[in-house]
Amino acid sequence: MLLVTAYPIIDNIYLSLLRADLRFPNDNAWVGLNNYITVLTSSTWWRDFWHTIVIMVVSVSIELVLGMLLALVMHRAIFGRAAIRTSALVPYGIITVVAAFAWRFAWSSAEGGFVPKVLGMSFDPVATTEPFWNYVVVILTEVWKTTPFMALLLLAGLTIVPDELHEAAKVDGATNWQRFWRITIPLMKPAILVALLFRTLDAFRIFDSVYIISNGNNPNVETVSVLNFNELLTRLNLGVGAAISVLIFICVVILAALFIKGFGTSLAQQRGEE
Amino acid sequence: MNYNRQTAVRWAVVNLIVVVCALFPVFWLLMLSLKKPSTISDGRLIPSSWSLENYKGIFEQDVFNKALVNSIGIALISTVIAVTFASMAAYAIARLDFPGKRLMLTAALAIAMFPPVALVGPLYNLWRNIGLYNTWPGLIIPYMTFTLPLGIYTLSAFFREIPWDLEQAAQVDGATPAQAFRKVIAPLAAPGMFTTAILVFIFAWNDFLFAFSLTSTTAAQTVPAAIALFPGASQFTQPTGSIAAAAMVVTIPIIIMVLFFQRRIVAGLTAGAVKG
Repeated sequence: MLLVTAYPIIDNIYLSLLRADLRFPNDNAWVGLNNYITVLTSSTWWRDFWHTIVIMVVSVSIELVLGMLLALVMHRAIFGRAAIRTSALVPYGIITVVAAFAWRFAWSSAEGGFVPKVLGMSFDPVATTEPFWNYVVVILTEVWKTTPFMALLLLAGLTIVPDELHEAAKVDGATNWQRFWRITIPLMKPAILVALLFRTLDAFRIFDSVYIISNGNNPNVETVSVLNFNELLTRLNLGVGAAISVLIFICVVILAALFIKGFGTSLAQQRGEE
Repeated sequence: MNYNRQTAVRWAVVNLIVVVCALFPVFWLLMLSLKKPSTISDGRLIPSSWSLENYKGIFEQDVFNKALVNSIGIALISTVIAVTFASMAAYAIARLDFPGKRLMLTAALAIAMFPPVALVGPLYNLWRNIGLYNTWPGLIIPYMTFTLPLGIYTLSAFFREIPWDLEQAAQVDGATPAQAFRKVIAPLAAPGMFTTAILVFIFAWNDFLFAFSLTSTTAAQTVPAAIALFPGASQFTQPTGSIAAAAMVVTIPIIIMVLFFQRRIVAGLTAGAVKG
């Protein structure tokens, strides 16, 4: 396990400091941090970085709300729980590429999608001329595919909340809404943070669905992972590609650190209250 | 539980909404795959004429058949290897107190967080140099790497729940350590291992990035990569119908697994997250 990851990681860092271009294989040279400067001063990196952030923030927020609703439904449903869980697991288990194709075909008028027809759109939401709709399709796909995962993690947190607390609050005259915000949410905080952490890190690395929906080269929604892939395997520019990889990794680590810090303080707070 | 008609109706509506939202895209894909190739782009949800032509088309192509074999083979082998190693590691974590235990779990988490796309470049390079490019092991190895942390996490959560005293009890009753493990512990550990296997299988079955970048021909190309590269029947036709049909074929195993192992998948996903 360590060999397979450690070697490539080290190789990757080393590569990121080289001028290594497969089109000119004999022209490798040590260039220090030049690749990083190239990437960080390019507008493409920052453009794709913002695409990634937008997709991540919007889809994870929607997922959190929908996931919470779905978790509540799965927790409270008085019948048909198995049916709900089973159907919710289908998007989770389905191949991302398949999900992306399903959504692309549904939305693309060029490929016979029914959505533009139903909504009476005169344009093609998947075409590169419609940046806003490109986002919509990508985010919807992401939300559909991963809300169940979010919901299951939240469900695990919901089951921890003791029923007695709810009963007691009911006796004291608390409304459903109050009980949800004052009892359920605070007790579920760790589960929410874990779910958010997992999903945010995942969403930052989004690749499959964007690549499929945009056919690999739609600059409107290109994310950092897609940029990285194109740099490595289409443009064969290994040095710059490796630098992008390292930057993505650093972003992920920063995101994780922020979450874990938030996680830690909330745990400490809980302990303080007890 | 007691409930009146109105609540029942309300829940029925809620359930229906969930089921429809979850399954509608799959339904659309199914309808698309059942359209006649000539009517594929008519923008209708329900086919005007039904046909299995798309399915016939893909199974006549070598590309898809081989990809299906590759997918099944690679996913199964990765699953077996990953679960075996993960069980050993999780067993060690659950049973023994050794220095570096926390470090191991942290390392596992770090790898799980690592952006897979960052491994693509170096692996592409390395695999080409040592001849693993476009081979089964060339995909199995990265899958193992990314599923092991997941496996170790899920399994150590399961193993922590096992009452290990039973093992000693069996030994007191005269069982050898091997017998105690085989007859007492293994049956208790089996459900956890099975759940982990399902999750690992789904991961390997799902992967597109590695399959797309580390393979080039039918020798090792898996279905997700093959679908993405499907050629149309001729240069000027869109492969929409074939993609839809192929997508349905690879979705069937997932639906079957979900139907039968729904409880286990839920348990596995939540175990790793909350207790880990």
